[in-house]
Amino acid sequence: MVAHILRLKLALLRNGLRRSAWQVVALVLGVVYGGVVLLLVVGGMAGLSVADESLRQPVAVLVGSVLVVAWWVVPLLAFGLDSTVDPSRFVTYAVPRRDLLVGIALAGLVGIPGVMTVVSAVAVGGVQWHDPLGLVAGMVGALAGAGVAVLGSRAATTVALPIVQRRRVREVLAVAALIPLALVGLVVNRLAGSVHVDMDVLDRVAHVLGWTPLGAPWAIGGDVTARAWGLAGARLVITVASLAVIVIVWESAVARSLVNPPHSEPAGRRAGLGWFGRLPATPVGAVAARSLTYWIRDPRYALSVAFVPVVPLVIWLLDRDGSNLVAVGPVTAFLMGWSISADVAYDGSAFWTHLAAPLRGWVDRAGRVIAAATLGVPTALVFTTASAFVTHRVAVLPALLGISLGVLLTGYAAASVVSALVVYPVQQPGESPFQTKQGASAAAMISQIAGWLALVGLCLPEVVLGVVAIRTGSLPLAWATLVVGLGFGGALLAAGIVYGGRALDRQGPALLQRILAFP
Amino acid sequence: MPTPPDLPDPTGPVDAGAAVPALRLDGLWRRFGRKIAVAGISLDVPAGSFYGLVGPNGAGKTTTLSMATGLLEPDAGTVHVHGRDLWAEPVAVKRLLGVLPDGVRLFDRLTGEQLITYAGLLHGLDRDTVAARTADLLTAMDLRADASTLVVDYSAGMTKKVALACALVHAPRLLVLDEPFEAVDPVSAANIRDILHGYVASGGTVIVSSHVMDLVQRMCDHVAVVAQGHVLAAGTVDEVRGESSLEDRFVELVGGRVTGEELAWLRTSSD
Repeated sequence: MVAHILRLKLALLRNGLRRSAWQVVALVLGVVYGGVVLLLVVGGMAGLSVADESLRQPVAVLVGSVLVVAWWVVPLLAFGLDSTVDPSRFVTYAVPRRDLLVGIALAGLVGIPGVMTVVSAVAVGGVQWHDPLGLVAGMVGALAGAGVAVLGSRAATTVALPIVQRRRVREVLAVAALIPLALVGLVVNRLAGSVHVDMDVLDRVAHVLGWTPLGAPWAIGGDVTARAWGLAGARLVITVASLAVIVIVWESAVARSLVNPPHSEPAGRRAGLGWFGRLPATPVGAVAARSLTYWIRDPRYALSVAFVPVVPLVIWLLDRDGSNLVAVGPVTAFLMGWSISADVAYDGSAFWTHLAAPLRGWVDRAGRVIAAATLGVPTALVFTTASAFVTHRVAVLPALLGISLGVLLTGYAAASVVSALVVYPVQQPGESPFQTKQGASAAAMISQIAGWLALVGLCLPEVVLGVVAIRTGSLPLAWATLVVGLGFGGALLAAGIVYGGRALDRQGPALLQRILAFP
Repeated sequence: MPTPPDLPDPTGPVDAGAAVPALRLDGLWRRFGRKIAVAGISLDVPAGSFYGLVGPNGAGKTTTLSMATGLLEPDAGTVHVHGRDLWAEPVAVKRLLGVLPDGVRLFDRLTGEQLITYAGLLHGLDRDTVAARTADLLTAMDLRADASTLVVDYSAGMTKKVALACALVHAPRLLVLDEPFEAVDPVSAANIRDILHGYVASGGTVIVSSHVMDLVQRMCDHVAVVAQGHVLAAGTVDEVRGESSLEDRFVELVGGRVTGEELAWLRTSSD
């Protein structure tokens, strides 16, 4: 039976690869990435084993602890990463529970993360190769540590499954997880030069970790090498106890989930009509109210809202003296303006509601722009004004505002046209934002790039004028920028709504057909 | 069982004389890639009729109804609703239509109440009318208690019911319903049938697709059998079924029965 589950896992991998060439590309990339990380880990451990003796144990404990934490936490955040051999999928089969658990645990080692973990663990355990007894103890500890990681991961996902399956929780987790992931690289880059790693701190952290289930297995080798039998015994007890607790918790969670499969939880409730009660009772108002509700309630939109405060942070991180912060307003405006360029694709097949109603295209376009602008205009105003104060450019604030608002309005114009012409596969509501959609066609890419280029070109008048005004500090030019930005941008927006509306009148049924044909 | 409240009557007088059908499909064609889904379907749905559209899976029912409601452009052929060309003046004609498509999403991050309100406002109703009709429809569909629940958290049957409410809210003259009873519980289905019968009695026209023959035979007065993109038979239910039941007649028209002989091992006595 265990062999069966392993074979199943391999078959799933193979069939996944057969389904699409992109899966193969993803696998190759994964292997390359994993290989590089492995080289770093193994190389690092090899270096460590010939370096200062006092470093060996703390670093081994730290690296091992990171490995365990990664296994425990990542699957929870990125839910759906690997649920191919989830216990709940075996509910209808008469598989003995022990076999099921062993099979699933081993299946967790099939694949890139599993192989990386085993090799890394062996490398960490091998640090103590100078002392034969230490090496043996280190290897045993490392394998136990890998067990804590893999079994703990399974236990965590099984226990968390009923919670994580609640729609709201999953959505919040998914959004919350993406932002730190996106920022990690930048923050590390920013901090790399400035933080001096203090060996004492490292030592103390490792010392504490060594008494937890995270670090204890990795410390055994060092203790044995030092012939500290008492310490080694204590850590062995911690390790074995942790493994036992994990197995018991997991087993009971699986037992529960087998007889009581997780189901969708009590429903989200919202009293009253929300935006539908507040905006005018017209078709335009209704479309705007629906879009606004989605901006707040749909994680895909909420994600783009959540990224807005990140823009100044990224610009600040990329440029340490802070003078580029002046670009915060326009960049935010650009992103927010373009944010509705996939609006019809985001509707998915629910777009039929608009098609079946006696709705003219421009009404659809205008409603969506109003909803986006309700968030976009205040944000652009606040960010631009704040950046002017921070960079001491208050004198030319009108120029900055002219650029930001011009870019924002032009962005809405371009997006209104593009989203009426092109749809491409996007995450449907409820899917994990981690799953990237395959099959985004070349046409979709080209339309995005063409749209961006057109957008940049159309923004040129106010941008050029504004840059000149800022460089020269000319107040009349600054005010002229504001007028041009609002006037030209406004005219483009009107044209975009009318033209996009006509395109939608013509293309609407074809767009719906393309959406329905997506896998 | 809650009594169906007064639903909005279909607006406007019924056409003088039954000469102008509520829905006339003329030579509809539609191809997807190499597959011809609908190969020249022509149908007249008389005003005031309760019309059933039956056919096996993949017969082209959904494609036909999509073309009849403005959701899918036909490759050839015309659609007339009460004598007006749908694809020539879509905005005006869509006011007459209430649509319940199958296999599509709804804006399911809205609550049930919001979704019906949304449909009403898109059709240009004013706030008070929408509020009153939404309340009536929620009661009629037995969704009162779940009015402020997000539609994404509805069961399949509740989702059907709220979608049906959306199709009714603007008091259309022609209702086009694709599989309206799928996943709906028997009590709700009976309520919905009452609502639809009342609607037909007051002059409205309903066309439903289904593959439950029994239901169509009991509920509808007209029926069309389609298979492989063609109309095999059309007329009143009695005309189409003749002496036999609609189900037998359907199987006879469509064919494709296989006998159960191959699964001899499935008999429990064999071991």
